[in-house]
Amino acid sequence: MNGYTAVWKLRFINGLQYRSAAYAGVATQLFFGFIFIMVFIAFYSHSTSQPPISLEQIVAYIWLQQIFLSFIMLWFRDPEIFELITSGNIAYELCRPCDIYPFWYSKLLAQRFSSAVLRCFPIMLVVFFLPEPYRLMPPPSFTGFILFFITLVLGLFLVVAISMLIYISVFWTLSPTGSTLMISIAGEFFAGLTFPIPFMPLWLQKIAYWLPFRWTADFPFRVYSGHIPVEEALVGIGMQAGWLAVLVLFGKWLLRIALRRVVVQGG
Amino acid sequence: MSMASTAKKEIISLQGIRKSFKVARRTAGVKQAFKSLFVRETTTVEALKDISFAINEGEIVGYIGPNGAGKSTTIKIMSGILVPDEGGCTIMGYTPWKERTAYVKEIGVVFGQRSQLWWDVPVIDSYELLRDIYKIPIPQYNRNLETLTETLELQTILNTPVRQLSLGQRMRCEIAASLLHGPRILFLDEPTIGLDAVSKIAVRQFIKRLNEETGVTVILTTHDMNDIEALADRILMIGKGTLLYDGSLSELRRRFGTQRVITVDYSVNAQPIQIPGTELMSWSPERGIYSIDTERVTIADVIAKLAQQVEIKDIAVESKPVEEIIVQLYKEHQV
Repeated sequence: MNGYTAVWKLRFINGLQYRSAAYAGVATQLFFGFIFIMVFIAFYSHSTSQPPISLEQIVAYIWLQQIFLSFIMLWFRDPEIFELITSGNIAYELCRPCDIYPFWYSKLLAQRFSSAVLRCFPIMLVVFFLPEPYRLMPPPSFTGFILFFITLVLGLFLVVAISMLIYISVFWTLSPTGSTLMISIAGEFFAGLTFPIPFMPLWLQKIAYWLPFRWTADFPFRVYSGHIPVEEALVGIGMQAGWLAVLVLFGKWLLRIALRRVVVQGG
Repeated sequence: MSMASTAKKEIISLQGIRKSFKVARRTAGVKQAFKSLFVRETTTVEALKDISFAINEGEIVGYIGPNGAGKSTTIKIMSGILVPDEGGCTIMGYTPWKERTAYVKEIGVVFGQRSQLWWDVPVIDSYELLRDIYKIPIPQYNRNLETLTETLELQTILNTPVRQLSLGQRMRCEIAASLLHGPRILFLDEPTIGLDAVSKIAVRQFIKRLNEETGVTVILTTHDMNDIEALADRILMIGKGTLLYDGSLSELRRRFGTQRVITVDYSVNAQPIQIPGTELMSWSPERGIYSIDTERVTIADVIAKLAQQVEIKDIAVESKPVEEIIVQLYKEHQV
C-alpha cells in the first residue's frame, strides 16, 4: 500500500471510533433539516411569485446538505494538523519520505469520509421514508444519479483542497481561528449553505458562480434533483475539475513557500 | 579510541553552517503591546555561527550544550527540516534540504519532546503506517519489527493505544518507530528526557547494542552526562552557536583529570576554613567541600592543613564528575 493510501486508511479507521459524536450528529441534522424545510413550506405557501426552484427540489437540497454535512462544511477541521504546525510537531512529518500536501490531503479526505459514512446512512434511512412533503425524492433519472455521484465526489475533493488553504495559512498566522472563521463563513455562504443559491438576487448569484465554493455543494445537490439539467451538469463537471486543479496547484505552491520559511516552533 | 588502521568512511560533513532566526520582541505593558500592533520589533538571533565538523560511519557522537545553544537547530538542519542561511552539509552524499525525500529514507530521527506515534490507535498501527510510508518490504519490516520488539521489550505494549503508555514505554516505542526502516544514521534529540533511571539505562543499552551490531551512526543530544558517559566515544560541545570542543570524553577527563573534590566532615566549627590553592565549594558548620587542582596543591597538604584547624570525622576524595567538567567548560567559554 502506498503511504498516502495507508494514512487515509488509518485516519478512516480512527474516525470510525467516534460513534457517539455521529449519533448526536444524526439527531442534530434531522432536527435542522426539519426546521429548514418547515421554513420553506411556509414560504412557498405564501409566495405570490413563481419560486426559482420547486419545493420538492428544495427539500432534496436541504436533506442532501444534512446527509453530506461532513463532505461540504468548511468548518469541519482536523485539530491535529493545526497542532502539528503550532507546536512544531511538524518536524516529524518533515523527515518522512513523502510530500506533505498529499499526505495531509489524504488525512483530511479520510476524516470527512469516515464522518459521512457514520452519519449518512441513518439519516437517509429516515428521510427516504418520511411523509410528503418532507420526504427526500430519489433522483428523477439514473443518469441524474450517476452525475450526482460524480459531482458530489468532485465536490468533496474541492472542499478538501479549499480547506488545505486554511491549514497552510496557519504557518503565517499560527492561529487557526481567524482563517477558519473567515474562509468558512464566506465559503459556506457562497456554497449555498446559508440559503440556497437560486434564492439569491441575480448579482449575488453571479458572484457565487465566479467563486469555487458553489461547486462543492450547491451544484451536486441541484444535479441530484434535476434542477440542473444533464448538459449543464456535464459542463459543470469540467468546471469542478478545473477549479480542483487550480486549487491543488495553488495549495502546493503555497505550502512550498511556507515550508521554506518554516520555523519549527519550540526547542 | 584507538586509531584504526583502515580509515573509516566519513558519513557526515558540515562546513561553515550558519542559521539565524528573527524573534519578535516587545517589552511588557499595554503601551508596548499597542505599539507592536503597528511596528513589530524583531531581533535576529544567531542560532548557529560557522559550525563545521565531520563524523565517521559507525561513531556515536554526543552533541551537548546548554539550552538554546543550537543543538536542536543543528539536528534539524542535518535531518533536512531547516535550511541553513549559509554553509554546506553533505550526509551520505546528499544535501539534506535539497534531496529531502531520498535522503530521509536513510535516516531515523527521534525528537524526545515530540511524538511520531498516533495518539488514539495502538502502536502497531502507527508502525504499519510507517512501513507503508517508507515502503519497507514486508519481510524486512517483519524482521526489523521482531528484533526491535525483542530488544526493546515491546511485546506487551504493541497493541496498546499510545495514550495509555507510560513515558518510558512510549519512548521505547518511538525509538523502535525510527528504526523500522533500517536507517544508516540515527539522530536522537534528547531521547532520555523525563525518563526514570531504569528506562534511561534500558534506552542506553539498546543504543549501544544497536551501534555495535548494525554499525549505525548515532548523533545524540542530551543534558544527561550519564548518557554521554555510557554511550559517546566523542563529544561535540556547542555554546552560543559555536563549536567549543570536539574530542573524546577521555581526553576531556585528562584535561581536567588533575581536579579532585574533597569532602570533609568535622566536629562543629563556626567559621569556614579557607585553604590556599583550593576552592571552597560549599560549607556548613559540619561539612566543607573543596575543589582542588593536584598540580597546584597536593591532597596530603590540604588534609594536613584541615587537620590542624578542625577535628576531622570523615573524608572523601573524588575525581570531578563529568557533569562538573562540562559546567566548567561552559564557564570558561562564558555560555
